[in-house]
Amino acid sequence: MISTATSLLILLGSILAGIFGALLGLGGGIIIIPFLTLALGLDIRYAIGASIVSIIATSSGAAAAFVRDRLTNIRIGMFLQIATTAGALTGAYISGLINARILYIIFALVLGYSALAMFQRRNIELPEGVVAHPLAQKLKLEGSYYDQVLGKRVDYTTTGIYPSFSIMYVAGVISGLLGIGSGIFKVMAMDMYMKLPMKVSTATSNFMIGVTAATSAGIYFARGDINPSIAAPVALGVLVGATLGSKLLVRLKNATIRKIFLPVLLYISLEMLIKGLRG
Amino acid sequence: MVVNTVNNEEVHIKEAQASTIENLISQSLRIGVGISALVIAIGFALLLFTGQTGYAGPFFPVKMGEILKGLIQLKPYAVIDVGLILLILTPVFRVAASVVVFWREKDYTYVIINLLVLLMLAVGFLAGKAG
Repeated sequence: MISTATSLLILLGSILAGIFGALLGLGGGIIIIPFLTLALGLDIRYAIGASIVSIIATSSGAAAAFVRDRLTNIRIGMFLQIATTAGALTGAYISGLINARILYIIFALVLGYSALAMFQRRNIELPEGVVAHPLAQKLKLEGSYYDQVLGKRVDYTTTGIYPSFSIMYVAGVISGLLGIGSGIFKVMAMDMYMKLPMKVSTATSNFMIGVTAATSAGIYFARGDINPSIAAPVALGVLVGATLGSKLLVRLKNATIRKIFLPVLLYISLEMLIKGLRG
Repeated sequence: MVVNTVNNEEVHIKEAQASTIENLISQSLRIGVGISALVIAIGFALLLFTGQTGYAGPFFPVKMGEILKGLIQLKPYAVIDVGLILLILTPVFRVAASVVVFWREKDYTYVIINLLVLLMLAVGFLAGKAG
């Protein structure tokens, strides 16, 4: 068991992770893991277990509000979920057969490239001139939400269904294989290829990451990686943070969220590159 | 004018339907999060106030039978574990609830899509157990 003071520190750190996770459509693992290992000196094994719990808490905690407010496009999320879960299964299956170092390098380059592309579009508030993909109408993937900042209803449609479906599959493979980065690829695919408003991309990613994490959570739990004295304050803190984050997201501009997302994207791409090169 | 009114009505009906789907899915998440957060909070409070984990040393239970036995005895770690398992099952519960919601709306494409995801989740859980 860990001390009460440490428990309360974990609780506070997790609130922060929940806020960022909910805003950016990520699981908060990029905050939780270094916080637990570097700042508190806890075992990496329990930190990874806690980050799985954090992903599910962020997703379920924020999605309830995002779905109600129509920021989440549930049909896009459900449709793409086929690709991510299939990818996660593939990733778990091939994990012994493939060299993770090469994958890290490839994905680092992909994320680096998308950071560049996102930088060029950093000031774009809403996507314009998007030509709907025929499948988008068939699958009812168009949507609308009320934007509190712009003070108007935003209608949007979607394009680039095949490339984003493929990236979702890859995102699933990565999370099944490496246990990280599934949220960042989801947001990137929806923002760059489907051309959704940024808030819709992060809220829809948020909706999806819980299911992706649940696919592997059973394995982590059975293996004893989810330590109750660490996971409890993480779950509670992240749930509080995700609720706060979901209230904050509707008050921010799409362009602002993209600007918060950019450095995170760059950071993860560099981290992956270093892991790939060092082995 | 008449045509316009009909169109508007159609739009309203469609929006009302969409809102039922979204509200029900949002509720399924809220229920899962609410129950699991409550159970985790009770377990965490027990842990902090009693200073006992309910088990010897750094041990914590991972097997279902052991956890349920500990829950009946109100062992803090066991109570937390039950809450964590409920939290992990919340996204799965949401997918299952979606199957029912879209079935009621006769939107069979999305019934199949969610069933596919549910099937792959089941494969993942079983593979995890076997591995």
